[in-house]
Amino acid sequence: MAEAAPLERARQAVALATGLGGEQCDAFAVAHTEATVSVRLGEIEKLIEASSQTLGLRVIAGGRTAVCSTSDFSPAVFERFVADTVELARISAPDEYAGLPERELLATGGAGALQLYDERIESLALEERIEMARTCEAAALAFDPRITNSEGASVSTHAGEVALANSEGFAASYPATSISLATEALADDTDGKKRNAWWFSAERSLRGLMDPETVGRIAAQRAIDQLGARKAETRRAPVIFEPMMAARLAGDVASCATGGALYRGATFLAGRAGERVGSPLVTIVDDPTEPARAGSRPFDGEGVAARRTAIFHEGRFEGFLFDCYTARRAGSRTTGSAQRGVASLPEPGPANLIFQPGSTPAEEIVADTREGLLVTALMGFGFNPTTGDYSRGVAGFWIENGAIAYPVAEANISGDAATMLASIDAVGSDLTWFGSAAAPTVRLAEMTVSGV
Amino acid sequence: MMAMSDPSVEAQRFFAARYGIDSARISSLLADALAQGGDFAELFFEHRTNGAISLEDQQIKSAARSVEQGLGIRVVKGESIGYAYTESLDPEAMRLAAGTAARIGDGGERPAAIDATPRGAGESYYGEEALLSDEPAAAKVALLERADRAARAYDASIARVDASIADERKIVLVARSDGQVIGDVQPLMRFNVMALSQRGESRQTARTGGGGRLGVEYFERITPEDTAREAARQAVLLQDAVDAPAGEVPVVLAAGDSGILLHEAIGHGLEADFNRKGTSNYTGRIGQPVASELVTVIDDATIAESRGSINVDDEGNPTKRNTLIEGGVLRGYLHDEISARHFGTAPTGSGRRQSFRHPIMPRMSNTLMLPGPSTPGEVIGSVERGIYCAAFSGGQVNISNGDFVFSTTEAYLIEQGRITAPLRTTNLIGNGPEALSRVSMVANDYVLSDGRWTCGKEGQSVPVGVGLPTVLVSAMTVGGTRLG
Repeated sequence: MAEAAPLERARQAVALATGLGGEQCDAFAVAHTEATVSVRLGEIEKLIEASSQTLGLRVIAGGRTAVCSTSDFSPAVFERFVADTVELARISAPDEYAGLPERELLATGGAGALQLYDERIESLALEERIEMARTCEAAALAFDPRITNSEGASVSTHAGEVALANSEGFAASYPATSISLATEALADDTDGKKRNAWWFSAERSLRGLMDPETVGRIAAQRAIDQLGARKAETRRAPVIFEPMMAARLAGDVASCATGGALYRGATFLAGRAGERVGSPLVTIVDDPTEPARAGSRPFDGEGVAARRTAIFHEGRFEGFLFDCYTARRAGSRTTGSAQRGVASLPEPGPANLIFQPGSTPAEEIVADTREGLLVTALMGFGFNPTTGDYSRGVAGFWIENGAIAYPVAEANISGDAATMLASIDAVGSDLTWFGSAAAPTVRLAEMTVSGV
Repeated sequence: MMAMSDPSVEAQRFFAARYGIDSARISSLLADALAQGGDFAELFFEHRTNGAISLEDQQIKSAARSVEQGLGIRVVKGESIGYAYTESLDPEAMRLAAGTAARIGDGGERPAAIDATPRGAGESYYGEEALLSDEPAAAKVALLERADRAARAYDASIARVDASIADERKIVLVARSDGQVIGDVQPLMRFNVMALSQRGESRQTARTGGGGRLGVEYFERITPEDTAREAARQAVLLQDAVDAPAGEVPVVLAAGDSGILLHEAIGHGLEADFNRKGTSNYTGRIGQPVASELVTVIDDATIAESRGSINVDDEGNPTKRNTLIEGGVLRGYLHDEISARHFGTAPTGSGRRQSFRHPIMPRMSNTLMLPGPSTPGEVIGSVERGIYCAAFSGGQVNISNGDFVFSTTEAYLIEQGRITAPLRTTNLIGNGPEALSRVSMVANDYVLSDGRWTCGKEGQSVPVGVGLPTVLVSAMTVGGTRLG
């Protein structure tokens, strides 16, 4: 028996809900298959395979909103689910800002140019995936005799269909695939500690995926590089974020640049749109239209056409990422930034967050640093979006006279986000993508480094 | 009070009545799962209903409800597993999933028919007087509005209050190829408040919450007003906060939520999957001292009504109180079936999973340190210059080397044995065995956290509890901005 496509289900949910008095509704439906293989020390550790179909329905009636989700599509249960959602909306208060996007904002183009789907991923045989994981782990274990153990390597694939329909007549869907490959290598240090490092590659297409051996070797190299790590001395010093860590810094800042954080009063960027916050080297954009990236999409979680949005341009804070609700609250317009899960209301957030590169080669940034900390790992939740207070555990390397002197562990860096953005004095040319984020090497002129 | 039925029997009846999952169906699925030579198979049926209502700035913004059901099938061959799940509980979809999971086998012989005999549960650790999920929406809205009023009344600077109430009812049925079948009906509720304090241009937010595996009786013990005033108090306090010190100082951890230290510093490192693989910094150290003699650490899933408690784990094993560290000496790990078999020991009832979509791992439940001989006043009074930590936003650990962090949301300076200025939010960093060896005083005031913690491991979230008496760690690195 052929299963109904997600788009058909989404349309059906909207039609049923409209018939029951849901004035404005939209349904977000996802169907996908996932497959994971994990290999450890050459042996298969885990094989996971499943397919999944879920649908989330938002109903707005008289300004009152409810959102419900289900994975049971038997006709009787599904009809009751829709009726329950319409009924549930009565609980909430009328909210003048609640509502679907204005019709002219809805996407009309397809996902064709975005390269979100690769049929090779769907047809990748189990044996091929096992081989990729084995090759990756073996490359890590063979890299250096000091690599003594492994957390294994895994390959995960997803293939599915994302659909959205609303009561304004919008109905669209697109197929999407993804593949990821990851491994973690361990080395024994002389002080009895283990030094571990992982690496990964995550792409929409098999062609884009990093070669498994390279992923394994990078993980192994990073574990070896941490051997002999010491605590840092407590002091103020320049701090360099390698690209993956700079992408996380951009992510922290972007979480404060959303309409949700704005209307909740929970961002240090409130009231600063149009102001210079960062140094002129800081340009950060969100771009869901980048081809073939993990966050790329033709339309957002409300059907609004995806577009590129500048968050920071040469240090100036350009404005917030909005969905329809938060835009109306701010007296602004949606930026097509609605993130949507089946079980929750849309919330604005970045799709593909890009910290734009500069022109300085990364090696020159290190060579140009007399003393400082190069950060290669961040730990913890020490970021307060309301104030921008930033305090995180780090590991990396101490730099002396423009060269790496020794690895550092169990250190902490702290500052506040506005000062940190303003103090960026070097941005590398080495833009690197990590799934839905990209960044180059970035140096901050000064932060507090805590250690002994 | 109404007499409660046995939750295991209730779960079995539920799946039989709604989906036709009876002993014959279970036996047939287990046989399919083992058809390709697996050693062991287990079926995990789950039906979960989640409800949530949120109030934002004096308006009920939205109401949400989700229902999920499905079956996760695991087949074990040696230490390898095959796993498949299906959201559809119709016979064909379940048989297909069993066939997929079965592929981990080596093609050996089909086993004899499996006798799946349901059994009752033992004790129940849940409070179930009146489930929150059965409460009318208007009653939940009233609780949220009480929180809003109380937070605003606490201080004139409170400019915004967000609150939410969430409930979950999870019915599970575990059926294993060794013939054991057991079910459970697990309630969980949670109440959260965020308060924003605004003084001129200065805005500070704080959030807190609580709950557990119980019903509306929670609000008789901790009222919405209590939670709201606590969020407001923390937000107002941050208005006067000063920069935290940078570098190594003595750290006093307040009783209760500071148990997050145990969770990160040692709990994860004692989950036996890491030790089976030799990737934990506690591997091979059972019987050895790993902490100060003052430290005794327990993981206890049987604490009445606590967020981290469960009657049976997700492999169907009864849960219990497990001693991890006794007087500073490592006594044991937290096991699921695979790790217990590897170490030749009994499972500790620690096999948990986020949902039917996720395979089992050894996980913590409620992780706590037993009280010691000192008074909290003596502990604080002993510190010349240090910090006192009372509330936290979260923590993280690197299992392999034991380095961990946790982030404070309420902390103070200690000067000459007295708690003084509140500190801005900051991070603390340490190493598990090192921090626990530096536990130099333990007070007699053990407190279990209110139900607000969720633990993430390899992408799977499960509710947990933590508990601690007031403790002095003689030196830890504080990641503030103030030098000297």
